Amino acid sequence: MASADGGAYSYSLTVFSPSGKLVQIEHALAAVSQGTTSLGIKASNGIVIATEKKSSSILIDDSMIEKVAVVCPNIGIVYSGMGPDFRVLIARARKSAQAYWKMYGEYPPARVLTQEIATVMQQATQSGGVRPYGVSLLVAGWDSHRGPSLFQVDPSGSFWAWKASAIGKNMVNAKTFLEKRYNDDISLEDAIHTALLTLKEGFEGQMTEKTIEIGVVTVPTLEELEAGKIGGETGRPKPTFRKLSEEEVRDYLAL
Amino acid sequence: MSIMEYNGGSVIAMVGKDCVAIASDLRLGNQALSISSNFQKIFPVTDRIYLGLPGLATDVTTLRERFRYRVNMYTIKEEREIEPETFAHLVSSTLYEHRFGQYFIEPVIAGLSKTPSGGVKPFIAATDIIGCLNFAKDFVVAGTASSKLFGVAEGLWEPDLEPEDLFETISQSLLNAVDRDAFSGWGAIVHVITKDKVTTRTLKGRMD
Repeated sequence: MASADGGAYSYSLTVFSPSGKLVQIEHALAAVSQGTTSLGIKASNGIVIATEKKSSSILIDDSMIEKVAVVCPNIGIVYSGMGPDFRVLIARARKSAQAYWKMYGEYPPARVLTQEIATVMQQATQSGGVRPYGVSLLVAGWDSHRGPSLFQVDPSGSFWAWKASAIGKNMVNAKTFLEKRYNDDISLEDAIHTALLTLKEGFEGQMTEKTIEIGVVTVPTLEELEAGKIGGETGRPKPTFRKLSEEEVRDYLAL
Repeated sequence: MSIMEYNGGSVIAMVGKDCVAIASDLRLGNQALSISSNFQKIFPVTDRIYLGLPGLATDVTTLRERFRYRVNMYTIKEEREIEPETFAHLVSSTLYEHRFGQYFIEPVIAGLSKTPSGGVKPFIAATDIIGCLNFAKDFVVAGTASSKLFGVAEGLWEPDLEPEDLFETISQSLLNAVDRDAFSGWGAIVHVITKDKVTTRTLKGRMD
């Protein structure tokens, strides 16, 4: 069993403890639950992902901090846990999305990209000389085959599809809150407000456009899809994932 | 002599009204000597996509297996069938991976793609040996009789042909073109792809 200090099985991450656990992965999960709260909600016409962005000192220029990242025009990711680890995964995800584009002439479905990231995270649980990634991710994306989809990836490399989920500090409370609030025909606007309300539950200090980051997936209309097939002016499809600007976040907070 | 003319063979694909057709000759030769009159160059990729591979016979076989592998992997990973546009890009990138040691094949792709509203749209494309895509609205040609095919198809093709008329147009274009090419001919095969079925017919041609 893992004792308080981790015991004899806490160093080599590739060795199972007699109870069948990989202790290092559990420690990684603990690192995640110390990170700031992030959440995602799937609505009938889109998805919202949101997180709190709190800096440890007022002297930090928080315009530099990015916690919701665009991977490709149809996929965005938010994380809880260790920022530097997230940066590495985002770089991998973007590279993988571009490699997919080069091969197939289109961006990957959220499901495929999530699996790719999950594979990278799994490898860090079985290779020598590395530690698991100290992050959990919420991947939101849209594709023509499955429509909008929301995935969570954990340090172990396992991933699930959610209608709504929360990760990081207060995730248990946030999930309970979401369970009470969620229904299948919630609109994107309502989902954004629910997201903000859920974050407010465990928020310390003031919720402002500087301390909140939001990303949304909007499902394209049939007309937009028909037009997109042709290619349009630039030959690029209209992005289905975007980050909300500070002005937009402020407007949502005011309501 | 060019390696592209070593085994001979030609492929043509045409767009019709809510249907596409793809056809090839059946000759396999060793330069001027005919070896077989039943050499398939067109292969089904999915229920709605067919791929023609005219060129060096050894590469026809290799590429057929390669695309079978890659499409199977795609289908399993993505849990869906590949769309013609996506498959065309896959063909292009697969060939370009061999930019400096090419497969001697000029692929032709014909298929029906799904529209967002649930209908089907005809799709044809061809590439050169290193994968430069050519998306055409009317017809594409490739192989040793390509220059002749171009001329005949230019004269016979018209827009919005129904499946039966498209079959007649593509068959006449192919048979008349390969009669003017020493490396193509010896019978032909025609596939007409429509929304609910694929019609395959084998044609007799001049055996000289």
